[in-house]
Amino acid sequence: MSDQNIGQNSGMFGVNDTGDTSGYGGLTRRHTMPSRISDVGVQPYGGWFKEIADALAFTDAEAVIHRGELTFHVRRERLLEALQMLRDELRFELCSGVSGVHYPSDQGKELHAVYHLLSMTYNRRVRVETSAPDADPHVPSGVAIYPTLDWHERETYDMFGIVFDGHPGLTRILMPDDWPGHPQRKDYPLGGIPVEYKGATIPPPDTRRSYS
Amino acid sequence: MTTTENERTFTVTGQDWDELTDALKDVKDERIVVNMGPQHPSTHGVLRLILELEGETVTEARAGIGYLHTGIEKNMEFRSWTQGTTFVTRMDYLSPIFNETAYVLGVEKLLGIQAEVPEKADVIRVMLMELNRISSHLVAIATGGMELGALTVMTIGFRERELCLDLFEFITGLRMNHAYIRPGGVAQDVPEGTVARVSEFIELMKTRLTEYAALCNANPIFKGRLEQVGYLDLEGCLALGLTGPILRSTGYPWDLRKTQPYCGYQDYDFEVITWDTCDSYGRFRVRLAEMWESLRIMEQALKRLKDLDGAPVMVADKKIAWPSQLSVGPDGQGNSLDHIRHIMGESMEALIHHFKLVTEGFRVPAGQAYAAIESPRGELGAHVVSDGGTKPYRVHFRDPSFTNLQATSVMSEGGMVADVIVAIASIDPVMGGVDR
Repeated sequence: MSDQNIGQNSGMFGVNDTGDTSGYGGLTRRHTMPSRISDVGVQPYGGWFKEIADALAFTDAEAVIHRGELTFHVRRERLLEALQMLRDELRFELCSGVSGVHYPSDQGKELHAVYHLLSMTYNRRVRVETSAPDADPHVPSGVAIYPTLDWHERETYDMFGIVFDGHPGLTRILMPDDWPGHPQRKDYPLGGIPVEYKGATIPPPDTRRSYS
Repeated sequence: MTTTENERTFTVTGQDWDELTDALKDVKDERIVVNMGPQHPSTHGVLRLILELEGETVTEARAGIGYLHTGIEKNMEFRSWTQGTTFVTRMDYLSPIFNETAYVLGVEKLLGIQAEVPEKADVIRVMLMELNRISSHLVAIATGGMELGALTVMTIGFRERELCLDLFEFITGLRMNHAYIRPGGVAQDVPEGTVARVSEFIELMKTRLTEYAALCNANPIFKGRLEQVGYLDLEGCLALGLTGPILRSTGYPWDLRKTQPYCGYQDYDFEVITWDTCDSYGRFRVRLAEMWESLRIMEQALKRLKDLDGAPVMVADKKIAWPSQLSVGPDGQGNSLDHIRHIMGESMEALIHHFKLVTEGFRVPAGQAYAAIESPRGELGAHVVSDGGTKPYRVHFRDPSFTNLQATSVMSEGGMVADVIVAIASIDPVMGGVDR
């Protein structure tokens, strides 16, 4: 499994049309997320990481250990099995909710749904991440396993357009019901109007020249 | 009143009840749907409740939210990491210090500098968080009392909260929306006289908290309204993801300050308060007792603060630490003249450094982190994602108000309509945090 590419920057100020006089115009910077360990069953982990990786091996999950946190990337078809296993066998009683992230440059896996689970029995945290392509933004709903996901999934649907199949009532929750688009996606502009200040016009934040 | 084929809609604003009762005189059906809010003094800000009533019994309760959605998470993706604190502090406006701390802990985790945050910054964070916990619990109890009709509880609650806000203003410069806790430490050292003023406050609160207990704890009306109302047991709490005083009112001593300590909470001596009634009264008692524990922690923090006079409050790494310092000028607040003199007159490198950090900001290595802290309402989590740039790629707040508010239905259905208000007050939702 190659590393997840999350974008590329060139130059310094994100200026494309006029000459960049900063001298940094030739710089290109690739960004990748921390590496994944693809065969979770055989990798050497320390302590309880191994216990969980072994238990989740049947889902073909990929693991990331970064900054002391354990993340499992699970294919969406196996998500519910993984959550069920984590709740019932590994005692992750509390789900802190789901948060969406949009990675437009992660081809075929643009939309990510990130679940944070907490085991109060063992005092552990684990993160489960699944993804769906923009063209088919469907992820199974975890409400039957963690009822708390009800509003969290509605929010993620509202903000990213991820459709949680099997949710009891997947409607918008923060935006008005007739709102077009999903605001937290990277292709959705921030909006705003130019502001005049002391004779000069300041463009809205997302169209300003900024460091990249 | 508007009438369609199957239903009639009334708009009630407080004066025209006669019209309503007259019109309903000959209605056989007792079922009525009441839209409470979003502008209603008893719904904690702009919360809308849709209640289906059978007589006075609630058969279905739903909460409609989103009226205070401000797109803070989206906005943060267009500003630097440091500017992010200015945004998150405005989410849950009753616990700004907690929002800042959760976000900053997430950023520090991604930067890998948790161990380098100076001790004094941690002590200040802990002291301010506990002060904030007191001011937040005071509002929870005050507004809860007001909604019952106990106006004195409200007035005395806000009286003490004002003292908390005065302290915040003294230390951070602002009563709310401080943006005081920054990645790497805090914005500025505490001003001279902090220890004395906070100690004075602690001593005063010890007499005032006793007054609360005397006024409410055994008050038969207060108990009559709160006991056995908004019942939710441990199983229900875990299924719905409820944390904080609601979880602790079921007798489960889960407090992140104890179980997963951050900012050095493991070095403080305090108790996790629990109650075993699973109801609104239990939550009230948990909050009241937690304020005593907060005072204890603040006393210990003050003792440490005395020994840390002149110690740094920001990481030593000049690539992360905010370069400029603030000072009180003739117009209130401004940049420290010493710092301006240094960058403008003495050191070209310092000027470049200042310019780069203030305009561009620092880069955070790519990755994601989740930092959770115990806010007055439960687990406040910040999911922070970086693509290696100078701006957050995505920040999501797991706000306890948002999660806890899901319990509205299960706490109110089957009860009386008057108890809905009590149940919601015991959840203590803050709509700024719910809608973000």
